[in-house]
Amino acid sequence: MSKTVKLRKGLNIRLVGGASKVKTDANVPKTISFRPDDFHGMIPKVLVQEGEQVKIGDIIFQDKYSDTIKYASPVNGTLKSIVRGAKRKIMEIIISCDQDQAPVEASAIDLASLSNEEVKTKMLAAGLWPFVRQRPLDVVADPSNAPKAIFISAFDSSPLGPDFDFVLKEKGKEFQMGLDAISKLTEGTVHLTVNGTVTENTIFSEAKGVQVNSITGKHPAGNVGTQIHHIDPINKGEFVWTINAQDVALIGHYFLTGQYCAKKTIALTGSEVKNPQYIETISGANVSEILNGQIASDNVRVISGNVLTGTKIDKDGHLGFYHNQITIIPEGDQLKFFLTKGWLGPGFDKFSNSRLFPTFLLGKKEFTLDTNLNGEERAFVVTGELEKVFPFDILPMQLVKAAITNDIDGMENLGIYEVAPEDFALCEYVCTSKIDIQDKIRQGLDLIAEECM
Amino acid sequence: MKFLENIVNKMEPKFSKGGKLEKWNPVYESFITLAFTPKHTTKLGSHIRDGVDLKRTMITVILAMVPALLFGIYNTGHWEMVAASGDLNLPFWADQGEKIMKGLAIVLPLIVVSYAVGLTIEFIFALRRGHPLHEGYLVSGILIPLIMPADVPLWMVGVATAFAVIIGKEIFGGTGMNILNIALTARAFLFFAYPTSMSGDKVWMAGEEANVDGFSGATPLGDLASFMTPDAVLQGTPIEAGTNAMEQFTASHSVMDYFWGIMPGSVGETSTFAILIGAAILLFTGVGSFRIIASFFAGGFLMGLILNGIGGPYLDLPSAYHLVLGGFAFGAVFMATDPVTAAQTGVGKLIYGLLGGMVAITIRVLNPAYAEGVMLSILFMNVMAPIIDHYVIQANIKRRLKRVKAA
Repeated sequence: MSKTVKLRKGLNIRLVGGASKVKTDANVPKTISFRPDDFHGMIPKVLVQEGEQVKIGDIIFQDKYSDTIKYASPVNGTLKSIVRGAKRKIMEIIISCDQDQAPVEASAIDLASLSNEEVKTKMLAAGLWPFVRQRPLDVVADPSNAPKAIFISAFDSSPLGPDFDFVLKEKGKEFQMGLDAISKLTEGTVHLTVNGTVTENTIFSEAKGVQVNSITGKHPAGNVGTQIHHIDPINKGEFVWTINAQDVALIGHYFLTGQYCAKKTIALTGSEVKNPQYIETISGANVSEILNGQIASDNVRVISGNVLTGTKIDKDGHLGFYHNQITIIPEGDQLKFFLTKGWLGPGFDKFSNSRLFPTFLLGKKEFTLDTNLNGEERAFVVTGELEKVFPFDILPMQLVKAAITNDIDGMENLGIYEVAPEDFALCEYVCTSKIDIQDKIRQGLDLIAEECM
Repeated sequence: MKFLENIVNKMEPKFSKGGKLEKWNPVYESFITLAFTPKHTTKLGSHIRDGVDLKRTMITVILAMVPALLFGIYNTGHWEMVAASGDLNLPFWADQGEKIMKGLAIVLPLIVVSYAVGLTIEFIFALRRGHPLHEGYLVSGILIPLIMPADVPLWMVGVATAFAVIIGKEIFGGTGMNILNIALTARAFLFFAYPTSMSGDKVWMAGEEANVDGFSGATPLGDLASFMTPDAVLQGTPIEAGTNAMEQFTASHSVMDYFWGIMPGSVGETSTFAILIGAAILLFTGVGSFRIIASFFAGGFLMGLILNGIGGPYLDLPSAYHLVLGGFAFGAVFMATDPVTAAQTGVGKLIYGLLGGMVAITIRVLNPAYAEGVMLSILFMNVMAPIIDHYVIQANIKRRLKRVKAA
């Protein structure tokens, strides 16, 4: 029953600074943090006092309105501070790490003897649930829903994205165990979608108990949203859960050992990184030590995640919960004279999906792109450009317009239930009018969450 | 460029919030962003953005119009000399210098007036709304002179431009919000407000009044329209009753003669060749929609064939002639493709173009009161575009609902 999908639309943005396949272990970070904003719409209720000791796997906070969803500490340490913003909103929960990171003794969990409900309860209690996300809305899954399918993407096609084949090379056992556990969460199918052009790693292609699909094409082929749309699309009233491939292995690790573990391998990438490579660290880790001596120039932007969907962080900020990558690119806050580097220049330094720039002449050249907007925000003028990079049977411009105008009926009809902001990242990239499309889609989803869910 | 940058950095505080010249900020921004791509960086969403922006898109459209403009200048000069000498067979490729100068003397003031009036109004609205000038008018401002008859009084161009920019665009909210094509709105305004200056035999050549008696400067379309009346005329000579006017018309000029564009007409519309160079630029860069241009030509050709099938004095015109005469090619390449007023969905563009081409030829042939049907056709399709899109969008929605039923 496995499906093969070929995409014709999409865009691979070729950037300088792909990670070479070397893995180094980072030291224990000074601090780790949780940013509640990583879990969109979640309001945390912190269960630990500032200054209190925590062990790996201890519950730090839970969702205020859905208190079965708990968040566990990935380290031994002390709750250092709860950073609050306007209206006392919790911005960040910071834990300082001990040198001793030995996990608490525990024994393996016999998955076969557990009922489906028990697996769910175990995962919730252990703080593994936040790894499970749901569509529609692209938020942490509501455990009371019954998903019709669970989707896992076995590759990351985003610019400079980490190679999961490499990252999970030695985690085959954990990954398979994770799949076994996850398949107990749904009556439907668990879909694992592999990159159709690469067949190196057998932990994906020979995974058992799941439906292995393959997809070929440019980015966003690796986005789970694209895969859902082409394999088993979401209709109104249906739910699909999604999990990052690396997080599947973390879930597997828990069932194999009984220990919570949030160690993951991230890719350190981008044109301003001296040695782009893979680094093993902990979810939420402070990046200052990782970046120490690695930043090639002064005026840079550090991004947790990839350049299309990541979060801007400080040089001593923290890795995001769902991110498998750090990208560093130059800031573009300079004036650019129109004939040399600006809007009327030859533009050999710009990567464009349109033929208004000579990108199409430059073969496989990799580009160093900065954060300049390359223009100013305008009303929608150009049509047809979003469609070129949006491999869905959804009209992107019409859906974005419905989201901007708070047209709930329009959004429902045009397919808002199937999409997440990340699916629109390329649309946002190519938009001539420089409209922040991902943000508009997120606002539309918020409205839908409020009115229709 | 360091020194320019220093000037900008010095000026910036004066125009920014709290500065002395704060309310002039939109004007300042408009000029500064021409000289420099501003230092705005991404705040939300994707951290990197495509190099393309509206300025580059619009300048490409202007570039694509340059061949038509250059040919238009020379052609205008040529026909002015024809009118002055009264010799219809004046060689085209002679006295180039004089023709260019004469052409420039006519076309340049049109461009200056169009830009001066249009940009002034745009700046007033930009100041009131507090946003920098949007680029849309840069294209409209050159389109308007290109679709004017050479002999149109300058004040009319000014009035038409003002009407088009205010009523056609700004009251809807500015660039990107208009329903009708700006340039065609200007032309339609003149067409209905001052019909004598916009149609008939007298307007297509500059200096007509000073001309010798009995000389007519009608466009080929004017001649063709006359075939539907008892007084058929071909290039100023009445056609004898009982002879086949269409045969004489096709015998006098082949499709290729008209393709090169040596005929009287609006400034930029005559040379299909020059327009196709522009089309090539638009299509190669992807700024113009291939679907619209191709289906517009296809629609016109198809309607020509259908009319041939019916038969009649004008209806018999071979279909290929329709594509190279009058404003058909210009409309298809530069007017119908305006992304703001055209259909926005892929399938919608095909339908829009096809219907646009068909309606243009229908009006042209069946209603000789409007020798040029392209303008009315595109304006009509501009109004219809949202309806076309509506049905395309409904089809997409139905597909999605069907999926639920199938499951």
